[in-house]
Amino acid sequence: MIELDGVVFRYEAMRMAFDLRAEAGTFAVVIGPSGAGKSTLLNLIAGFDAPESGAVRLAGRDVTRLAPAERPVTMLFQAHNVFAHLSVADNVGLGIHPGLRLSAEDRRRVSGALDRLGLSGFERRRPGELSGGERQRVALARSLVRDRPILLLDEPFAALDPARRREMTSLVDSLRRERGLTVLLVSHQIEDVRAVADRALFVHGGRIVADAAPESLIAAPPTAEVAAYFG
Amino acid sequence: MSPAAPPGSSALRVWAPAFGAGAVLAAVIGAAAVGLALAVGRADLAGLVGDAYVLGVLRFTVWQALLSAALALVLAIPVARALARRPAFPGRAVLVRLLGLPMVIPVIVGVLGIVAVYGRSGAINDALEAAGLPRLLDIYGLSGILIAHVFFNMPFATRLLLQAWAGVPAETWRQAAQLGMSGPQIFRIIEWPLIRAAAPGIAALIFLLCFTSFAVVLVLGGGPPNATLEVAIYQALRFEFDLPRVIAFAILQVAVCAALVAFIQRLARPMAMEAGLAAPAPRPDGHDALARIGDGVAIAFGAAVLGLPLIAIVTAGLTGPIGAVVSDPVFLEATRNSILVGLSAGALSLLLGAGILATSRRLRVGLWRPGQAETLEIAASLVLVVPPFVIGAGLFVLLRSIGDAFAFGLVVTAIVNALMGLPFVLRILGPPATRSLADTGRLADSLGMTGLMRLRLIEIPRLRRPAALAFAVATALSLGDLGVIALFGSAGNRTLPLHVYQLMGTYRTGEAAVGALALVVLCVVLFVVIERGIGGRGDD
Repeated sequence: MIELDGVVFRYEAMRMAFDLRAEAGTFAVVIGPSGAGKSTLLNLIAGFDAPESGAVRLAGRDVTRLAPAERPVTMLFQAHNVFAHLSVADNVGLGIHPGLRLSAEDRRRVSGALDRLGLSGFERRRPGELSGGERQRVALARSLVRDRPILLLDEPFAALDPARRREMTSLVDSLRRERGLTVLLVSHQIEDVRAVADRALFVHGGRIVADAAPESLIAAPPTAEVAAYFG
Repeated sequence: MSPAAPPGSSALRVWAPAFGAGAVLAAVIGAAAVGLALAVGRADLAGLVGDAYVLGVLRFTVWQALLSAALALVLAIPVARALARRPAFPGRAVLVRLLGLPMVIPVIVGVLGIVAVYGRSGAINDALEAAGLPRLLDIYGLSGILIAHVFFNMPFATRLLLQAWAGVPAETWRQAAQLGMSGPQIFRIIEWPLIRAAAPGIAALIFLLCFTSFAVVLVLGGGPPNATLEVAIYQALRFEFDLPRVIAFAILQVAVCAALVAFIQRLARPMAMEAGLAAPAPRPDGHDALARIGDGVAIAFGAAVLGLPLIAIVTAGLTGPIGAVVSDPVFLEATRNSILVGLSAGALSLLLGAGILATSRRLRVGLWRPGQAETLEIAASLVLVVPPFVIGAGLFVLLRSIGDAFAFGLVVTAIVNALMGLPFVLRILGPPATRSLADTGRLADSLGMTGLMRLRLIEIPRLRRPAALAFAVATALSLGDLGVIALFGSAGNRTLPLHVYQLMGTYRTGEAAVGALALVVLCVVLFVVIERGIGGRGDD
């Protein structure tokens, strides 16, 4: 569960204020124009940005003052989710031990996570040999071994082609169902997620200005900004 | 298959400028080769290259360069890491800018600063004596060479390493924070691979610079056993006139440098890197007291290595007999010679570079032959492989067989220095010149703009600033150079660096310090005058 309670954050001249409540198991897509504060919303939950005031509660615990590693969150970025100089197995293994002290049992868990993501036998490969989609699968495999209940996705599939993007989105959806994850996905392609997301959060000017099912948001934009965004 | 050449770009028109520049290069290097070949007629080359004395010089040259490169790099790593970990502290911006200074100040000036700090009567020995201790430091010999090479190259290595750190995308630091990596884990998993990737290239470059080191070794070597190949060439020409040995040294020098340059070119392939997209993120480590103290010590050490000689140069220059030095006719003549040599070398360098680029950019843009353009530019940069000293030695031998080699001293110095500056001109002017053609070429062609019209309306406004910068850099490099002029210099054609060297050699330390500071001031003034005067103030 994610709860943001009067969270205020200032970036240069822009003041952002977020209130949000998302039950465990929610799949919410975050949409809105560039620079509206979508990434900031995720950064505040993950702990990369610290709020000026307000509280962040995750899985029932106040984490406002906790470092990113101490929060029940895994976040995937648009790029650079994997280290190019480490093998696929090591990249996933970092999710178990950040210094890569891995037991044989840990190695088996890594392979299991790779199997689940359709990357069986990829252990010894380097990220440079993989496609963009495969690299993001490696990052997802790491999120499996980290086993945190909240998964934040900051446009990690934006560079993929439409078919690959839908494939990754449904993969995330099946992981959510298996593990009861709470998922927040920033995307510009609401078409790709309307089938799987239960909620769409429309961020504008540092605020969540609309919060509804994707279908109803598209069918009947509640505000002029949302209508303008869909065009 | 490359597409057909556009009309109006005949092979002759494309290649003519490069042929012009190439002819000058070929003439200079060819003349030097003829000079050396004339001497070789009477020598048993294989025997000479295998000669015990020659091999001894080679061994020392390699050994000191190895030690210098290793020391400079190993010392630079903690300094660079501390600077990378501390992105904001008072004075950081100044310190990072100063890191570029040792590479551009005249070598003889840096050496003077080193002697003033670490020398027998230097500041450190003074401090030791004041504390009741013996004057322990004696820097003549290998230790002095290493100290000077660390002064010149450690800041350079630090800057290159900092660039490697700057290439780490923000996402990586967020990833490290999310995974909960500790400082040592970040070092092992993120930073060490980074250092390992950057180190061979940096070390090879510093090795090359120290391998061809002349002025440092000439002043601080302390005599014959400690000579690099360049110093040995100088001594063999100047004092013994032992031509066969000069040839042997030159062959070894060219062979090793060529191998090194090939190695560096191979390493220079850029790593496949996607740019980071996230906003800059702070590093999660380095907040505990131990890390703070460690970084503080590393930064203070780097600042001292860099700063002490720089401070010594300024204070020794300002407290020296300024009036006596600047009214000395020898000083005035040396200054005049230096300005003449510097400006001619800079102008010639720019002209040669422009010729090569006029062709290579045409090959790149419009004709779609980047391979040929690359080959042409590398060929021009091969001047780096034939060290200026070998060219100087060849010309010296040739001119000596014609007449009084010393009479041509300043001309030869200007020409050799122009070749030395050429790789820098290509680096600075190349990218904007190519961009200019790519941006405006088709439009200008379609409007029928050619020749002088095109030069006046397109090239000069667009390329004025980079051309001025290239000119200024080549001029400043030549101005501070104590290289071939040491071979040709005699009464009447001294340059300022040679004058300073001779003052140091006759223990007129105070005067040398004033001369050194004057040389720095002259470099800066000429640089600024050229860059601003020709390049204009601009709006950026």
